[in-house]
Amino acid sequence: MTRHLETAADPEGLRRVAIDPVSRVEGHGKVTLLLDAHNRVQQARLHIVEFRGFEAFIQGRPYWEVPVMVQRLCGICPVSHHLAASKALDVALGVGAIPRTAGVVRRLMHYGQIMQSHALHFFHLSSPDLLFGFDSEVERRNIVGVAAAHPDVARQGVLLRKYGQEVIRLTAGKRVHGTGSVPGGVNRHLSREERDDLAAQVPQMLEWCERAVDLVAELHGRNPALYERFGRFESSFLSLVRSDGAMELYDGVLRARDAQGRILLDGQNVQRYLELIEEEARPWSYMKFPHLKSLGREAGWYRVGPLARVQNCDFIATPRAEARRQQFLARGPVHATLAYHWARMIEMLHAMEVIAALLDDEAVLGGTLTAPLPAVRPLRREGVGVIEAPRGTLIHHYTIGDDDLISWCNLIVSTTHNNQAMNEAVRAVAAEYFDGREVTEGLLNHIEVAIRAYDPCLSCATHALGQMPLEVTLVDAGGTALGTAVRHGDGRFERGAA
Amino acid sequence: MATDVSSEALPERAGLLTGADSEARAVPGRSVKPPPLLVVGIGNPSRGDDALGPALLQALYAAGAEASGQVELLTDFQLQVEHALDLDGRAAVLFVDAARPGAVHGAALSPLTPAGAGTIGWTSHALEPGVLLALCERAVGCPPPPAWQLAIEGESFELGRELSTAARRHLQQARALAEAWLAQRMAACGQSSA
Repeated sequence: MTRHLETAADPEGLRRVAIDPVSRVEGHGKVTLLLDAHNRVQQARLHIVEFRGFEAFIQGRPYWEVPVMVQRLCGICPVSHHLAASKALDVALGVGAIPRTAGVVRRLMHYGQIMQSHALHFFHLSSPDLLFGFDSEVERRNIVGVAAAHPDVARQGVLLRKYGQEVIRLTAGKRVHGTGSVPGGVNRHLSREERDDLAAQVPQMLEWCERAVDLVAELHGRNPALYERFGRFESSFLSLVRSDGAMELYDGVLRARDAQGRILLDGQNVQRYLELIEEEARPWSYMKFPHLKSLGREAGWYRVGPLARVQNCDFIATPRAEARRQQFLARGPVHATLAYHWARMIEMLHAMEVIAALLDDEAVLGGTLTAPLPAVRPLRREGVGVIEAPRGTLIHHYTIGDDDLISWCNLIVSTTHNNQAMNEAVRAVAAEYFDGREVTEGLLNHIEVAIRAYDPCLSCATHALGQMPLEVTLVDAGGTALGTAVRHGDGRFERGAA
Repeated sequence: MATDVSSEALPERAGLLTGADSEARAVPGRSVKPPPLLVVGIGNPSRGDDALGPALLQALYAAGAEASGQVELLTDFQLQVEHALDLDGRAAVLFVDAARPGAVHGAALSPLTPAGAGTIGWTSHALEPGVLLALCERAVGCPPPPAWQLAIEGESFELGRELSTAARRHLQQARALAEAWLAQRMAACGQSSA
């Protein structure tokens, strides 16, 4: 473990390296490394420098607007917010079970989201690093480079992503700002023509998903030392699972395992999450650090997302993904940071298998869409909705006032759960690769590769032309600039004196 | 509570704000030929001046830009890889996006070329228009159409904010540029089909 690198014992006199912002992740992340006179790392931190203000955005809005409005929080996984909010409001309004058609349509929407998000991340954000090498030529290490060298891989990525987006469009009504899920159910189902069109593409999509799992497994096999060691650290894992222990991404109960795979908590009703999870603020980052209350701050942090889910469940209930999961776990618990990519592709295959099964369900073509509100309004309208978003466990929690406006809300997004883990990964890479070496673009990319494995979504859905350079400034502890290294918006890397 | 430039508050027809129609056509093997001109508005309507792209498209729609059948308006939060499929078969494409303060003065129209080796920006999940043009050729297998970028200077990009006063002024400049672009391209389309 590298926990000693969170805070340097004596920061005076150390040299600071800042990676600001981290590229190919969402939002504004910044990494700072404090180096001593021999370029040895004494402190490494991932900072989140943008304050999001999500709760202020939601509070005061009519509850029925919330499932649509929360999609504005994120341009990458709006469907996850759409569904988590709907689930929370089902509970707050006292709706019992939603109709079967509503459940099938919501699941279809969710698994379409999982599939398209995982495809985007692997093919277009991470494959350049994995196929060409972490410090390969920067001009080539991007999606266009992949398209030139591996056109079939790039094309499959585009079309897998497109298919997932089409599932979302048909179930949510639109590709973005969808309105398909409403408190108590859904407001649409598929037509037979829409269902048949999606179903006709299933065999091809399944084949490409299987090839993607095979590709990442092959990459691990070619260089097992790198893939098993890079940014590795041990941790606990948290996720939803089905009540029988199966992988479950839409609904379920909370389960956590320790680093050796032993159950820490299981079968926990998500409505009780505040009794299980606590968030801690640290002065150097806007993003909080969640941990299991029962284990405390030091021992209670955990990882979420594909690597957690694939190992937290007892089995995957679809055959192709379960076969790959068995292969993945053949050597016991997996803690490698780069193994997130392999687990992510297993989940993409699972999502496609689930989509195929849901398209075969006649309920997707019609039936009762919403459950009625209870005749007697609950005295306290409060509810929690938890969903396994592509990046991990997503929690929405609302209370509704007598005026039907949201009076209080709390969101814990997937990336927040992984805050400590991303910091651990940065420290592990910094400790192994940076000590005593000159800082180069390729070396900085090693840090970013570790962060990208978690597919963090730090603050999506805003951007403006020209706002994404990567600038590194070396300053001494007194604030005097010693030199700069800049990766421009057009990809050029430049080093200069201060 | 601040009100945002919400798509729900504006006149809407199915597909305008999401490109639903174009998506149906963009599936490989599509049989319906898309309108020759595509205008893509990029931005989050709830992020202050990031809404400039969608707001311009809404204004064009309200002015009847699609009525001729020659123009399609498409908006999204960000450009993603699958938008390369939307470029297939177009005579010309205009990307409309907010720009950070000072990057342009008011609004500026400029031609785009596909991103080449060494010019690919380091981005987030979202893509730059030039990268999308390059992907169009290399990953989708269709020649990239002639393309332009209309950058509109923004001021504030905070969640839940309305368009700033300056952005509203820049939006009017951008609208004039966009309408001139459409008129020129529609004339060119008419000549080529005559």
